[in-house]
Amino acid sequence: MAFHHALKVVDDLCIGCTHCMQVCPTEAIRVREGKAIIIDDRCVDCGNCCKACPVSAIVIEQDDFQEIFQFPVRVVLVPSVLMGQFPSNIRIEEIYGGLKHLGFTHIFEVESVVDLVQEGYNHYKGLEAKEKPFISIFCPAILRLIQVRFPSLVENLIRVKPPSDMAAVYYRRRMEEDGHEPSKIGIYYVTPCAAKIASIKSPVGEDVSPVDGVINMEYLYNKLLHLIMNKEIVREVNSDSGPLSPREVLWSLTRGESSHQKGRSLAVDGIGNVSEFLERLEETEDHNIDFLELRACDESCAGGVLISGNRFLTVERLNRRALKSDPDSVGKRRVTGFKESDYGLKSIPSRPVMSMGADRKTALEKMQKVEELLKVLPGIDCAACGSPSCRALAEDIVQERAELACCVFLQELYIREGKISIEKADEINTTIWGKMRDRRSQSK
Amino acid sequence: MLMQFHIDGGDFVNAGKASSSIKRVLKQLNVAPELVKRVVIALYETEVNVVAHAEEGVIEALLEVEQITITVRDKGPGIEDIQKAMEPGYSTASSKVREMGFGAGMGLPNMKKNSDDLHIESEPGQGTTVKIINRLKG
Repeated sequence: MAFHHALKVVDDLCIGCTHCMQVCPTEAIRVREGKAIIIDDRCVDCGNCCKACPVSAIVIEQDDFQEIFQFPVRVVLVPSVLMGQFPSNIRIEEIYGGLKHLGFTHIFEVESVVDLVQEGYNHYKGLEAKEKPFISIFCPAILRLIQVRFPSLVENLIRVKPPSDMAAVYYRRRMEEDGHEPSKIGIYYVTPCAAKIASIKSPVGEDVSPVDGVINMEYLYNKLLHLIMNKEIVREVNSDSGPLSPREVLWSLTRGESSHQKGRSLAVDGIGNVSEFLERLEETEDHNIDFLELRACDESCAGGVLISGNRFLTVERLNRRALKSDPDSVGKRRVTGFKESDYGLKSIPSRPVMSMGADRKTALEKMQKVEELLKVLPGIDCAACGSPSCRALAEDIVQERAELACCVFLQELYIREGKISIEKADEINTTIWGKMRDRRSQSK
Repeated sequence: MLMQFHIDGGDFVNAGKASSSIKRVLKQLNVAPELVKRVVIALYETEVNVVAHAEEGVIEALLEVEQITITVRDKGPGIEDIQKAMEPGYSTASSKVREMGFGAGMGLPNMKKNSDDLHIESEPGQGTTVKIINRLKG
């Protein structure tokens, strides 16, 4: 099965510097011939690589904006973090006006459906027999991280659609009830991150995504800001979802979900922090945690890779918006007969891609070899070999994807001991760093 | 494949290091998640026991195609009455240890619950040897 990833390496820009490789939570990147390559089935689309790249060589794909015009009814689903990026002197109605100006016919704020998500949580029965905690699948990068690195926790994931999907299903239903022809409605989600794109193009727990297309938030923010700055917008409009309650405004931020759950709940943000916490969760039994909100980005969605504004300022602005908003606007959005089949997700498979192969005997031999290699390797995880750490290099060697002389320290030793020739060493280095690595000779 | 670890008595900060390392290897060996969990939880309990009660200990994890055998030997006070120690809630831990969140008297029962075979040999005043065996299916 092929996985769709939103993150792509632009070879012409990539300088093979290894920054991305060293921040990848699933060791999904290697450097070969001077360029970063992403191992498809390991990547969870968290965007860490994109944030770490010093030359912007890792980009996030996007659909052509003009595609929205194939639908007569063009619905935009906007997460509240979009609004949080604009300077405080720009009114929210101006932003909505800008969206209309760009061609959308209906504007719905994604978080307007969080009471439906919460209802889904409250009635969730899937895990009654299972041990706690319930883990939110709000963040698609975390969902994928758990599938890949923490297969034992897949059963703990709450199979209730996240707000973006819930909003798509709910508003499609509402538009149809209002008499719009189903085939004429196009629903577009404005994404703050790469993982959401992957979750729409390669959904987990759904056969097809209820969202028709994705628009990168960065792209839209630029367009909107340009329009507003140039005073091109004459009309201020309201959204079609109506005002949000404080809970809705803050849902996508850290503790946005966990602070509303019963029992002992916990919020962790930043994918490194999440991994550390999940390792611990796997090893102990008596943690008594009921609910886990886990988000891949620091400051949750405000820290998304497609957020142009500063994440702390975004959080502060949304907090101010929440203070001004009406707590009673929650619960006004209801569709009769919205039931589990509408908000539930199918089973979520684990994908233990870190394993050394299906045959246990061979895997055991390989792991034994890895442990032996680790005694020889320097253990400083410099990544100059093209693998993210000494352990990863050892694993690549036993999987026949690298050799010991890829290690710069061992290579020097082998040359000195006459075990390999300079020519052979050059050949190996070219497979990792490419032909152009020696900048000095290049600039002469 | 044999993995060895040394544990220092009283070093609560590092309790769990061995279970983490072994967990990583078991995952890479494609061992079923439920079984990984059993092995890791049983081992973690022994680690905490050694840290809480003994001067020091050694863990040996033997990973084979059919089974995982974990042997933990410690130099410590030993267990007076193994039968009694197996009862849920029975604890000899000091109040200080209990305040740290350990010593709830579930250590041995948890080990038993999470192993296919559990052997405990103990000599009061000398030390304890715990052997945990979990068989791999399929």
